[in-house]
Amino acid sequence: MSVDAVGEAPPPQSVQPAAPPAPAGPAPAPRGRSLWDDARRRLRRNPAAMISLVVLGVLVAAALFGPAHWVHPVDTLYRDRVAIPPTLENAHWFGTDAQGRDLMARVLFGLGVSLLVGLVATAVALAIGVLWGAVAGYAGGVTDMVMMRVVDVLYTIPFIFFVILLMATFGSNIVLIFVAIGAVEWLTMARIVRGQAMALKRKEFIEAARASGASPLQIITRHIAPNVVGPVIIYATLNVPVVILAESFLSFLGLGVQEPLTSLGQLIATGAREMERAPWLLVIPALVMFATLLCLNFLGDGLRDALDPKDR
Amino acid sequence: MVELVARRLMVAVPTMLAVILAAFFLMRAAPGGPFDAERALPPEILLRVEQAYGLDLPVHQQLFAYLGDLVTGDFGPSLKYKDKSVADIIAEGLPTSLLIGSASIVLALGVGVGLGVWAALRQNRAQDYSVMGVALIGVCVPPLVMGPLLQLLFGVQLHWLPTGGLQRDRYAIQHLILPVVTLALPQIAVISRLMRAAMIDALRSNAIRTARAKGLPEAAVIVRHALPVALLPIVSYLGPAVAGVLTGSFVIERVFQLPGLGSQFVVGALQRDYTLVMGVVILYAALIIALNLAADLLYRVLDPRVRG
Amino acid sequence: MRATLLAVFALTLAACGEIQRGLDPEQKILEIGNAAEPLSLDPAKASGEWENNIVGNMFVGLTTEDERAQIIPGMATHWEISEDGLTWTFFLRDALWSDGRPVTAYDFEFALRRVLDPDTIAEYAAILYPLRNAEAVKAGKLPLSALGVRALDERTLELRLAHPAPYLPGLLKHYTAYPVPKHVVEEWGDAWIHPSHVVVNGPYTLVKWWSNYMVHLRKNPLFYDADAVCLNQLYFYPTADVDAGVRRVEAGELAWLTRFPGQKTELLRERLPGFVRIAPFMLTQFYSFNTTRKPFDDARVRRALSMAIDREFLAEKIYRAGHQPAYQLVPDGMPGYTQGGKLDWAQVPVGRRRAEARALLEQAGFGPQKPFRFSLAHRNSDDNARVAVVVQADWRAIAPWVQPELRGTETQIHYANMRAKNFDVGDGGWIGDYADAQTYLYLLQTSTGPQNWSGYSNPAYDALMGQVNQERDPARRAALMRAAEQMALDDNPIAPIARGTSKTLLDPRITGFSDNIENIHRARWMCVRA
Repeated sequence: MSVDAVGEAPPPQSVQPAAPPAPAGPAPAPRGRSLWDDARRRLRRNPAAMISLVVLGVLVAAALFGPAHWVHPVDTLYRDRVAIPPTLENAHWFGTDAQGRDLMARVLFGLGVSLLVGLVATAVALAIGVLWGAVAGYAGGVTDMVMMRVVDVLYTIPFIFFVILLMATFGSNIVLIFVAIGAVEWLTMARIVRGQAMALKRKEFIEAARASGASPLQIITRHIAPNVVGPVIIYATLNVPVVILAESFLSFLGLGVQEPLTSLGQLIATGAREMERAPWLLVIPALVMFATLLCLNFLGDGLRDALDPKDR
Repeated sequence: MVELVARRLMVAVPTMLAVILAAFFLMRAAPGGPFDAERALPPEILLRVEQAYGLDLPVHQQLFAYLGDLVTGDFGPSLKYKDKSVADIIAEGLPTSLLIGSASIVLALGVGVGLGVWAALRQNRAQDYSVMGVALIGVCVPPLVMGPLLQLLFGVQLHWLPTGGLQRDRYAIQHLILPVVTLALPQIAVISRLMRAAMIDALRSNAIRTARAKGLPEAAVIVRHALPVALLPIVSYLGPAVAGVLTGSFVIERVFQLPGLGSQFVVGALQRDYTLVMGVVILYAALIIALNLAADLLYRVLDPRVRG
Repeated sequence: MRATLLAVFALTLAACGEIQRGLDPEQKILEIGNAAEPLSLDPAKASGEWENNIVGNMFVGLTTEDERAQIIPGMATHWEISEDGLTWTFFLRDALWSDGRPVTAYDFEFALRRVLDPDTIAEYAAILYPLRNAEAVKAGKLPLSALGVRALDERTLELRLAHPAPYLPGLLKHYTAYPVPKHVVEEWGDAWIHPSHVVVNGPYTLVKWWSNYMVHLRKNPLFYDADAVCLNQLYFYPTADVDAGVRRVEAGELAWLTRFPGQKTELLRERLPGFVRIAPFMLTQFYSFNTTRKPFDDARVRRALSMAIDREFLAEKIYRAGHQPAYQLVPDGMPGYTQGGKLDWAQVPVGRRRAEARALLEQAGFGPQKPFRFSLAHRNSDDNARVAVVVQADWRAIAPWVQPELRGTETQIHYANMRAKNFDVGDGGWIGDYADAQTYLYLLQTSTGPQNWSGYSNPAYDALMGQVNQERDPARRAALMRAAEQMALDDNPIAPIARGTSKTLLDPRITGFSDNIENIHRARWMCVRA
């Protein structure tokens, strides 16, 4: 999932081409198409989701193009203007931080990093989770038992322990934050997909595919994986905010993104320490983070309502 | 049900072993040891210290020694807190963790289920939107912001509540209100959203239609027929909720100066206190396994489809 | 729901009267926000200032400190020094342990041997190496009996030294040199320090120690000067989140916070009138250049980087709270050590220094064709990360081809890397063990080993420091140390950044608290103004 896809088009549209043509199974193709059409129509009728989509588009655009075009570079120190409140003077609209860096530039940059962490970590979680869950659910029996037991075992390792150790072992770098958070979040995804896969594999079109000699791998990649797209999208949208929050927790521990990079979580963790003296350092990044998470949640809810046939 | 418990317990043993192994090796793989500090130890002292804790042995021997002690219930000495054993430290931290953890789960369940049902009954009306809007705020404001804000408002400005800690050496309700509320807020948000969705589903089901058709009073329909079904997703969310409270408690313990295990664990990991971290991880893992089992059992009791 | 809320609210209001008060003038209770959880309260094993804050109220050494942390007689009433300065004889006062047994010279002998016993995990033992054979004993090369400590009788203790150490009385008030009750330690082993067993000779005894939450001390009626002790009870709370600690002071729950964020100085002066105390402290913040690595083995490179740092900006805008820019290693205010060394370019404005730095780096072979890329390793805790960002900008300002990269890590990893010399430039700070210039200058001696982060090795410097150790005349000793400091500064193995301050929030009703350079404040001198 790229950054643009979220900003410019509703995810169902961008996913639509991936919906299965499923030559071996006559049933799912037409049903799938009407499902997606319906979903899109329902999503369009949901004002909260549509507004969120627009706001997210604006935020993503700001994060993509803001840092390069904003008057202040992200790492310039204005030594005579340390920790000044928001002002129009010198175009410090959001004020400056404790080292004299423009907060607007920091927030734009941090927003980009946070979105990137959220998206990449979610993508990692999706890749592992979907594959793991689909294989387990489809294979069943001992394979399923073993694979799900592995998931259970990983569930019992406290998340933060895992991340702290990864950060400590390899040093806190941003790629590792993606992988570490993604590697934890895939567990839920695997469970969801497994459930779907188990339900699907008894369906006629899978039976038909198997009868016509498709290998298990083909069945998983061509029939099962595409059919769990609905729940996966919902989960993914709702997972991005979770990851962004997790990153802020890491920043609070000093294990998140390191200087001179920054993220919304990092800005908020720093701002929380300064809130009595320089409230704007907390309030502004917190509002941006709040708006981002709120929109992602509204969008996720909207998608769930749109894609969930029970709600029809 | 007995069979379920037996099966789970059988799986629990290898699970615990895997957790112990993973934690053990990850901990040793981390750079920096427990004795790296601003003041570097002279080599002769460092050697002695490492010998005293058996850290000079090959890793597999350390592992066997650790497992051997563990079997006899000995978590070993803490590598950083020299006057205390890991068991001492855990025993001093566990009550607070359990207290604030269970209090916030109970609070989150009570308030979350209540709000969710209320919103579902007024679906798509103003009350529904406002409740769900507030719930979203709970999801979107991290505790590291909420905690200090509450302290500042209720402790420093209004002087209504203490800003943290306990009442010197005993527990007191007024000291625990802010931390428990801060810890519960994100869970209230999630639970109320889950509950609302589940309740809306349940109210539309055939069973409810039948019950209504039979002329039962609406309150009875909701409480006796819709609620048990709608609670199922909440029950299966309990596992993640407990895990969330456990990890979330680090920030809470730190901001509100509470002696819980969350901060022991994180500080232990940062200080490379191998034995302390191992002890807490083992305890957490056992706790999570037990709670997952409890949640599954509860699920069976509530869900008529699984009951048979 | 509404009823529940009302009930909770009512309960809250009802309970308000019981809220912790920080300072109780009637009961004489003081509640303290200490920096962290003590790793040990056993004097042999303690290692941090925040432990000293507690342990120093429980035990008294041969010498001890007054309200201003000046050396005064402690368990020893007086002492005699031999001609060669190598044998010190201490005469002990009549005093009791808190269980009523007398404190004897044998307790001291036992305590010092215990610290230097190879089997005792005493991370701080090296501070006692001026005792004869101490290093060899600790390494297990000589038996414990070879240690230069001997009780001549119940009241007389003899210390033999490896070299003259005029700073010995200052060292002996350090917690590693505290006595421990021989009879209790022999009975309980390492568990003797637990509240149920512990026996002390100081003004306060340990009542309760709740891990990660609180240490509770109560006045010891058998302390030799108990009549003069005013405060009855002390509670120490480890306060890892210092901002939360500040809020607890504002809420009136703590009366003494041992540190506060310098960024909040003005705000706190306004909100907590009379609470803010800032005083010079014997802390030097400095960056080490890894001289074992190219190109930092080149003195020109080190000099250039050190010159380019804008220390005034760092002190005034980042550290704040009275921090002073540092152009020296030894902080001001060390007794008998004035007019120490100074970086020769200290008076040159930063702009000109940067130009010179550029020229030096060009001489060293760097330029647009050969950019100077290196990393700055720093601790990722508060001020350290802020400072690193500024220093990085300072270095970039030398020339576009100077390209430093930041590597922030958690403290434990940072020091592991520093010890393994796995860094280019690394941050670190140093707080002397006692007020003597030598505890700073020894950092750069070759024999210091891992603690000499920069790997600086200069035979001339080592020779000078060797002379310092043998010199008994204070004036000549100071002159030698001054020459050594200047020699090291001229070579730039380190770049001093700032001279630290102690930053304390203290309820103004507390008396008997005097700011001092060691930042040691014993509760036995404190009282509450009526």
